[in-house]
Amino acid sequence: MSAVAVSLKGVRKSFGPIEVIRGVDLEIPSGQRHAIIGPNGAGKTTLFNLISGRFRLSSGVITVCDTAIDGLPAHRINRLGLSRSFQVTSIFPRMTVFENMRCGLLWSRGYGYSVWHLLGREKALNDAAERLLERLGLRDRRDVPAGLLSYADQRALEIGITIGGGAEVILLDEPTAGMSHSETDRAVELIRSMTEGKTLIMVEHDMSVVFGLADVVSVVVYGELIASDRPDRIRANKAVQEAYLGTEAA
Amino acid sequence: MSTQTSGAGIGGLVTGGAGVALRRNALWLICLAIALVMPWLFFDFTTGRHSGFVVSMLSQMGLMIVLAMSFNMLMGQAGLLSFGHAVFFGFGGYCTAHALNAIKAETMWLPVELVPLVGGAGGLVFALVLGYPATKQRATAFAMITLAIGELVTACALMFKLFFGGEGGVSTDRMIDTSLFGFSYSQSIQVYYLVVAWTVIAVALMWLQTQTPLGRMANACRDNFERAQFVGYDPRRVRYWQFALSGFFAGIGGALYALVYEIVTFDTLAAPMSGNALLMAYIGGAGGFFGPVLGAILVVLLQSGVSLLSSAWLVYVGVLFIIMVMFAPGGMIGLIGAHKPIARIGRLRALMVPYARMLVPALLALLGFVLLVEFATFMTIGAAQGKKFKLFAGELDPATALPWLIAGGALVLGGLWLRREARAFRVVWDGLMAEAKARGAAA
Amino acid sequence: MEVFLVSTLNGLVYGMLLFMLASGLTLIFSMMGVLNFAHASIYMLGAYFAYDISRTLGFWSALVLAPALCFLVGAVVEMYGLRRVHRNGHIAELLFTFGIAFIIEKAVQMIWGLLPVPYRVPAVLDLPLFTIYGTNFHAYRGFMLLISVLMFVAIWLGLTRTRIGMVIQAALTHPEMASALGHNVPRIFTLVFASGAALAGLAGVIGGNYFVTEPSMAYTMGPIVFVVVVFGGLGSLAGCFIASLFMGLVQTYAVVIDYSLADLLTSAGVAINTASPWAEILTVPIPRIGALLPFLLLILILLFRPRGLLGTRDT
Repeated sequence: MSAVAVSLKGVRKSFGPIEVIRGVDLEIPSGQRHAIIGPNGAGKTTLFNLISGRFRLSSGVITVCDTAIDGLPAHRINRLGLSRSFQVTSIFPRMTVFENMRCGLLWSRGYGYSVWHLLGREKALNDAAERLLERLGLRDRRDVPAGLLSYADQRALEIGITIGGGAEVILLDEPTAGMSHSETDRAVELIRSMTEGKTLIMVEHDMSVVFGLADVVSVVVYGELIASDRPDRIRANKAVQEAYLGTEAA
Repeated sequence: MSTQTSGAGIGGLVTGGAGVALRRNALWLICLAIALVMPWLFFDFTTGRHSGFVVSMLSQMGLMIVLAMSFNMLMGQAGLLSFGHAVFFGFGGYCTAHALNAIKAETMWLPVELVPLVGGAGGLVFALVLGYPATKQRATAFAMITLAIGELVTACALMFKLFFGGEGGVSTDRMIDTSLFGFSYSQSIQVYYLVVAWTVIAVALMWLQTQTPLGRMANACRDNFERAQFVGYDPRRVRYWQFALSGFFAGIGGALYALVYEIVTFDTLAAPMSGNALLMAYIGGAGGFFGPVLGAILVVLLQSGVSLLSSAWLVYVGVLFIIMVMFAPGGMIGLIGAHKPIARIGRLRALMVPYARMLVPALLALLGFVLLVEFATFMTIGAAQGKKFKLFAGELDPATALPWLIAGGALVLGGLWLRREARAFRVVWDGLMAEAKARGAAA
Repeated sequence: MEVFLVSTLNGLVYGMLLFMLASGLTLIFSMMGVLNFAHASIYMLGAYFAYDISRTLGFWSALVLAPALCFLVGAVVEMYGLRRVHRNGHIAELLFTFGIAFIIEKAVQMIWGLLPVPYRVPAVLDLPLFTIYGTNFHAYRGFMLLISVLMFVAIWLGLTRTRIGMVIQAALTHPEMASALGHNVPRIFTLVFASGAALAGLAGVIGGNYFVTEPSMAYTMGPIVFVVVVFGGLGSLAGCFIASLFMGLVQTYAVVIDYSLADLLTSAGVAINTASPWAEILTVPIPRIGALLPFLLLILILLFRPRGLLGTRDT
């Protein structure tokens, strides 16, 4: 495992004439819990999309586990060890909860595009999927089509699929968005336990989640990184206060 | 699905092991039994022969089941809409016809019973080649590419006479004396049982395929290809392999076609056949597994039965298709399956009266529609042939206005009345579903 | 040389007809994401309606009434069919338009019969307009060109000078955004769909008597229109225009070049007879390949440049 999970050097992204990411340099070491915050429209999700290969870079270099990823298709980046969740919950709605979980484990366990394995008979695989569902608290709903789960349960399932496949670098895009207090607490506990020892990069708006989970917080405003530091120092940072609250409050 | 084996004693014997397997597959076994017995229900004991019409229709059902099921590997399982699927069916048929001729000429040897594998191999190879460009795209672009491929292959079939035999097609003979069981296949009933055997094999294999990693990931890519990428899979490769396998099974269907009809022409690969596959799979129900079987049976019934009475049977199929697209996108299987929660709480009987109340206006509207269609067809085709329009015992003259007004009136009246009854039905349905949900039966 | 000039003129006429058809489809596909399989079917309906109307009320009434009828058909299909099916996803929409195309073809066969109907060019236009190199340029072709150009100008003015045209332009390239800005996108969709249908109907009115009016005309015209739309690219009417003319010219030239690859090789000194390998492929005359060209092009474009010529997004 490399020392640096994700690195961004001089990253720029434009959509037509509009430059959304304007020169970001960031290094995230392995095992760090890193949160990215910033006002709406700052480009946080765009950064995620660049790191996960959904968008091409306009210039600069992004490496994941020491491999440059520009131009690689998403599944290749995933096989390098990076997985992500999405702002809009992304699961397999017509498949059961159990099937969803199992699909998350197939590639990492070497099943590939095989037609020679009957999945019903693969004990180790099925047990692993059941255990993960147990951790997520979804075992009792394993046969429900995932699209019928409640919002919070779907989010939990997505986190499970994202992490269960054994990825070393986990990107979570607003994992607690739309959740109630108790659901948020549950989700945070889940994230904490499941990302033990892994690199976690999170976009979040909920400050309690950020300050509770993160080792390092980066602040992105108008496509630029204006600060990247420990949570307590970020809180006291003048520039950050200005960006969020305006010059009056600073 | 986890099986619950009950505790001790006889109960344990019945619900465990073989008993469970039997129960779970009961529906399939019943269908198989029906398929095996059906020709005998139409056995003419005076002449000692099966009804040729029935055996022919049943054989066709078998072929179409294989075609429709192979199509659904793409549409229902992988979310890929193909407008050119029949090319693999047809190509498999052509390969088989040539193989049979080669066996007859003794340039190769293969038991008749294994000949469908040739069709399958042909379909597989063809799909591996054509699938490479086709699966580069998905959704609408994929559909357009398959449409274009279908047209190109059909045109080639007419141009390249060496392999495709031009407009006359390739004739063959299934009585090649290489049966493993000593059958000559001179009687259509023997061919029918061969068709049944291969249909069962093909469907069973396709079922098993859905339980494999590829089959499951095909479902996953259908549901959400981006999430599939982030569990490590290349959706393009998933599409490609699924496409290749669907070509394999379509080829088996084509081989059966060659065996049954002993001639393969270009319309086995042309657009109408592809459209047929689509109609059957969709009308039956693309979402589950069993749907296309039902759809194939229904469409062949309509084709064989209705086409005897009316030359406009395609209009009816088309209208049925549109109605299903609009109101029952899950197909017939979806419609039946929607009743499950209500059946679970044992309240199906409450729907009997509402259904009956809808049935009458539906029949009226249907009668009106059928009459209108038949009048129109008659005016253009029938009248020129000097026939008279016979309805049950009486004669009608569609050249006058009255029959049209009556038919149109029946359609409109039936339609409006049906809408009212449908609304009332909806109320009853929603109430029962809410009850089922409250009692935990709806999932 | 004269063949080339005459073919070019004919190709342009055909190309403009294609544009009339393809422009409606491009608008619908770009805005609503629906590949309307039934578009060519409405073209066919336009021709058949015109045939019936012109028998009783004359050609000029048909020119106005038939597209109006097609407008109504389009509006009904969109409001009561497509809109309902929209929520079942893209595949359901495709299947719906496919089903409509299917039914229209069967209905036409049912009502007007299987054989071509004698829909003729009106007598007043049935004469040569001018003569080039000894070949007559038919007046009706000039008429077709005139109508196409007028319609093109009308579309251009409508899209660039009217308010609703602006909204349509926006929705063409960014449909969700237009909706988010508060425009009544469903109503606009109905308008665009029905207008596209009217255009297709108009194309049918003037094309039906020039070509043959028969139940399979939708099936033969359909794929060519798809190719034009994909070739021109989504979201671009200019691309559609160029692609239409290109396809019109190519198809017209292909029909005229009555050689085959074998002939080419023979003239280069390589003899090809029926015993040679690949003989079947090489002796296919170019006109036949020309009929296949739209499909080949469609595949190639979708594989290598899904954006088409000037498209703003991938197909």
